[in-house]
Amino acid sequence: MSSAILERQANSQGLPGLKSFRGPFLVLLVFAVVIPQVHSDYLFDAILTPFLAISLAALGLNLLTGYAGQVSLGSAAFMAVGAFAGYNFLLRIPGLPLLAGLAFAGLTAAVIGIVFGLPSLRLRGFYLAVSTLATQFFVQWALTNISWFSNDDTSGVISPPPLHLGGFALDSPVRRYLLCLGVVAVLTFLAMRLVSGQTGRALIAVRDSELGARVLGVKVLRTKLFIFAVSSFYIGVAGALWSFAYLRTIEPDGFDLDRSFQILFVIIIGGLASIRGAFLGAAFIVVLPLLLSRAGAILLGPGFDSGLVDLVQKIFLGALIILFLRLEPAGLSALVGRLRIRRNAT
Amino acid sequence: MSAWSFFFEVLVAGLAAGIMYSLVAIGFVLIYKTSGVLNFAQGAMLLFAALTFVSLHERGMPFLYALAITFLVMVILGIAIEKFVLRPMINQPPITLFMVTLGLSYIIEGSAELIWGTQVHGLDLGIQDEPMQIAGVLVSQFDLFCAAVAAVMVAALTILFRYTRIGLSFRAAAEDQYAALNIGLRLPFIWAAVWATAGIVALVAGLLWGARTGVQFSLSLVVLKSLPVLVLGGFDSIAGAIIGGLIIGATENLAQVYLGPYIGDGIDSWIAYVVALGFLLVRPSGLFGQKLVERV
Repeated sequence: MSSAILERQANSQGLPGLKSFRGPFLVLLVFAVVIPQVHSDYLFDAILTPFLAISLAALGLNLLTGYAGQVSLGSAAFMAVGAFAGYNFLLRIPGLPLLAGLAFAGLTAAVIGIVFGLPSLRLRGFYLAVSTLATQFFVQWALTNISWFSNDDTSGVISPPPLHLGGFALDSPVRRYLLCLGVVAVLTFLAMRLVSGQTGRALIAVRDSELGARVLGVKVLRTKLFIFAVSSFYIGVAGALWSFAYLRTIEPDGFDLDRSFQILFVIIIGGLASIRGAFLGAAFIVVLPLLLSRAGAILLGPGFDSGLVDLVQKIFLGALIILFLRLEPAGLSALVGRLRIRRNAT
Repeated sequence: MSAWSFFFEVLVAGLAAGIMYSLVAIGFVLIYKTSGVLNFAQGAMLLFAALTFVSLHERGMPFLYALAITFLVMVILGIAIEKFVLRPMINQPPITLFMVTLGLSYIIEGSAELIWGTQVHGLDLGIQDEPMQIAGVLVSQFDLFCAAVAAVMVAALTILFRYTRIGLSFRAAAEDQYAALNIGLRLPFIWAAVWATAGIVALVAGLLWGARTGVQFSLSLVVLKSLPVLVLGGFDSIAGAIIGGLIIGATENLAQVYLGPYIGDGIDSWIAYVVALGFLLVRPSGLFGQKLVERV
């Protein structure tokens, strides 16, 4: 098959070319210029910052699962690696700039990602998915039990160092939000370039048929390890942002299996193999619990049982997952795409 | 006590724990074998069964009635899952179906706790848990009972699969779904029957686990213990589930006792996965799993 045919097919599947960067750029402009004018610490601290961190993690997982078809149930482990690596680099190398710390956090996660991606060279499907659980449990155990990682702190909850960016203290919710936004914007741009290029097509080829990809001359093993590394890098940086900018504490407990599932749900609801989907899904997952607990407060009065709301939320989320998989397997991203086509048509 | 008899005691306790993992794993195997779905909700079903039984029993219902009603509930639940959740998803890739069962497990766990409450219940099956001396090694009676139950269940399932008409159609569906459809087998009925059977297996495993650890939310986490068992034994082999369970249980316990002091506490959370992974690298479809043949 000639590369021209491949390219035409890839374009017809909605891989973005350079022209399609205009829309995302406008969105970025709104988030960077207009939204920071809002004076609400709650908006930045409780909604936008976690939204950005979850989006970045989902983006990383989508590269691995959506594009390359390797299902991972261990995303939270790589978030934890990123958070703890970032903490230790900033702690042990005095004067290390924050952005370098974040990059090192991502690189550490990438190295771990390659190690735990090695089984993918031999395992397929469910066998691989289950083996990624090994990452989840081992990393969480190691970070809890080896005290060096938490600087021999016995409380189990450690605080990140004060955040500075070139002598500029990131001490308010808006500033921390802008840090996240900048990092996420750059990494998102790179991801868009990655999936729209030859690598992106190689990933999709590996996902759709490993043997077929090999016949076409795609180096399957190298592609798999590469995407494990890139994905883990993204998820690692997301983990560092999550605990530095959002939680303001670093602890292994927050990065449990439920977090891994949450990231997986984000890309199912948002849309597999879609950059936009990671953001739409993350917005949905972050805002949904807030809406539900508001609704609970309104429906049941102020003294409502929050445990009850948690259970209802759980059932609701499970039902949504099933409904999405059933009715819209391509997720919110496809929904938005269709709306746009319809609007253009009228 | 000599080092050897201590070793054997640790080994036997590990094997007994392994049987408990196998009980959960068998439920997975049943569904995977016949419909190709890896049912993550098996743990949630187990929790649901145990919680329903205990709650009915605590509200004054006699043991056997409660058991019968829970039995019915699990059969209905299994059939409902097949009819309303999985049948519309026919022809989707296996990984999509897996994620559906992930959603399903959230719904079942949430509903179980919403209906019956979140408190911990004790469950007494009336079996003494006193250690017995067998050939110089102390063995718990309860463990022996569990092993007997597992043996009976495996025997029953083997008879069902091997010597009954419905078992024959189960095997046909497992072998080749299109061929099974072609010769007039009603796949939806077969799948409903399999899900109902898995519900019953969940009930048995739920009662035994509940008697051991108390009936509470953490019951649904036994899934995570049985996944390495499945990987090790192969997703589609009942014998594999049993042998995998024994290997995982024994290595887990031995590692905890003999390696734990050197590495640290709580290694049982991941040692099973590492063992399973080691096996997988040598045999990518588990010990007894069907080999994957790929066509272009």
